[in-house]
Amino acid sequence: MGEESTNFSDGDAVPRVVIVDDHRLFRSGVRGELGDAVNVIGEAGDVDSAVHVIGETLPDLVLLDVHLPGGGGVEVLRRVLAKHPQIRFLALSVSDAAEDVIGVVRGGARGYVTKTISGKELANAIVRVADGDAVFSPRLAGFVLDAFSATDAPPVDPELDRLTQREREVLRHIARGYAYKEVAKELFISVKTVETHVSSVLRKLQLSNRHELSRWATARRLV
Amino acid sequence: METPRLTRAVDGRLLGGVASGIARHLGLEPVVVRLAFMALAVGGLGVAVYVALYFLVPREEVTEEGSEPAEEARRKGRDISQLIAYVGLAAGLGILFLIFGGVYDPLLWFVIFGALGATILWQQANPAERDEWMNTTVSRSRPKSVMRTTAGVLLVVVGVIGFLVFQQQLQEARAGLTFAFTLIAGISLIAAPWIVGLIRERDSERRERIRNAERAELAAHIHDSVLHTLTLIQRRADDPREVQRLARVQERALRSWLYQRPADAETTVTPGLERVAAEVEEEHGVPIEVVCVGDAPIDDGISAMLRAAREAMVNASKYAGTDSISVFGEVDEGEVLVFVRDRGAGFDLGDIPEDRMGVRGSIIGRMERHGGSARIRTEPGEGTEVQLRMPRIAEM
Repeated sequence: MGEESTNFSDGDAVPRVVIVDDHRLFRSGVRGELGDAVNVIGEAGDVDSAVHVIGETLPDLVLLDVHLPGGGGVEVLRRVLAKHPQIRFLALSVSDAAEDVIGVVRGGARGYVTKTISGKELANAIVRVADGDAVFSPRLAGFVLDAFSATDAPPVDPELDRLTQREREVLRHIARGYAYKEVAKELFISVKTVETHVSSVLRKLQLSNRHELSRWATARRLV
Repeated sequence: METPRLTRAVDGRLLGGVASGIARHLGLEPVVVRLAFMALAVGGLGVAVYVALYFLVPREEVTEEGSEPAEEARRKGRDISQLIAYVGLAAGLGILFLIFGGVYDPLLWFVIFGALGATILWQQANPAERDEWMNTTVSRSRPKSVMRTTAGVLLVVVGVIGFLVFQQQLQEARAGLTFAFTLIAGISLIAAPWIVGLIRERDSERRERIRNAERAELAAHIHDSVLHTLTLIQRRADDPREVQRLARVQERALRSWLYQRPADAETTVTPGLERVAAEVEEEHGVPIEVVCVGDAPIDDGISAMLRAAREAMVNASKYAGTDSISVFGEVDEGEVLVFVRDRGAGFDLGDIPEDRMGVRGSIIGRMERHGGSARIRTEPGEGTEVQLRMPRIAEM
């Protein structure tokens, strides 16, 4: 994946991470896999304790499970971001259901990866999100493409409701399994530009009021 | 079909096989012939005819057609009870003849009518009971069963009334009958709502029972399969590849159960591509991630495309030496695109011999035959991406 970025990816510091997941076994597994790449400063198993631990430790990044007792990952996002908007979230789930993915990203997570991701890739994603970038898995890219194209209705706000041709190109490459660096090479642009496009897509995804987005997500209850 | 020669049957015979042999020869049900023999036997003639035929008609040649043992056994068990039934029937008829004094006594016939009707009704009760449990067939056989029931009721009514008429007792019975009918009508009026309610309750209970059974069955199925896989995983713990394969297979099974697709799922691109990927993954053990955007029904071109994509996935699994393959399918208005990409070894396109079927025939050739195109991008060490493109036929 891409090397150039602001701080964590330069190796200046290791991101401080809180892992929120209701499976203890999974938490310790992730902890072991990440090793020295990140500094795990806290863990939580449900919404209330997650909000508490995050408020106490103020990590750079929260690794957030989508399904949590007490309201789910979305609830954690809502309560934490209201007080600490600077904290970044990377959503992690076994679910590939569209409404989970879109829901948690629209709730404020800056990326979404599935739990089958390898330790190395996860560490990469964490560093990237901690630096303020967005991380799209191929599946999320597919969902977003689908969501933004699944309508004939004219957009309410063209600025937010439509993807540019370039953004679409970037997403299609991510969906094809290209890493950011490879996308950049393929489209003759810099990795930085790829990141800008992805962040812009993330912003649109989070801010767009297009009702199709939520309707699409619920209509498509498929993996 | 030509008429079989008259022989004595070996298969499905009760006594000497004469009746079933004749039935086969005439294309009748054996029961009919047997009843005819029995009716004749009451006068004594039938027995003589039967014995004569037994000696005159040659025995059927046994061709070892390998009749299934289970059916054989079932038939054997039935034979004796059927035989007893026929004998009982003959004895009953004989007694009736003695009582009524001859075939020409109309009373006898009304008794027979009544008995026949009752038999039909009793027989009806049994399948009806069965239908209740296996209600898939109930709609198909309903008209027939209604007809039979009507016929049975009619026969019984004719039998009873005829019997009364010829006993000269109808006049006397009329008052009693009127009373009985009125009583029955009154009771029906009172009981009808209750009976209807009972039937409804029974119906809903049955539905609930079916639903519960279905749920329990599915739960058991998943339970079994998951537990089974977990056991296998523990046993194969030293083989990471196999463990991963098992886990993926199980995961897919669970997912498809949890997010059950609509019935027509297999006829569109997305599930089609996912199914192909799942098959290749199961065969070759390399995880394949499928992402799809948009969807369209599968036509000839697209189904060729799916086969080409499958070939590309198989190639990637076999030769790339990678631990994951990405598949991306995209449907837009004009065309369908499929990308199969791996980050594996890659190869030099120039090195493929002209005649190698894999890439040229199964992928490029197949796509071109159906009006599409295929492009392969690869370099040694750079991985491989197969790009498939198929124009969509204008939809109706």
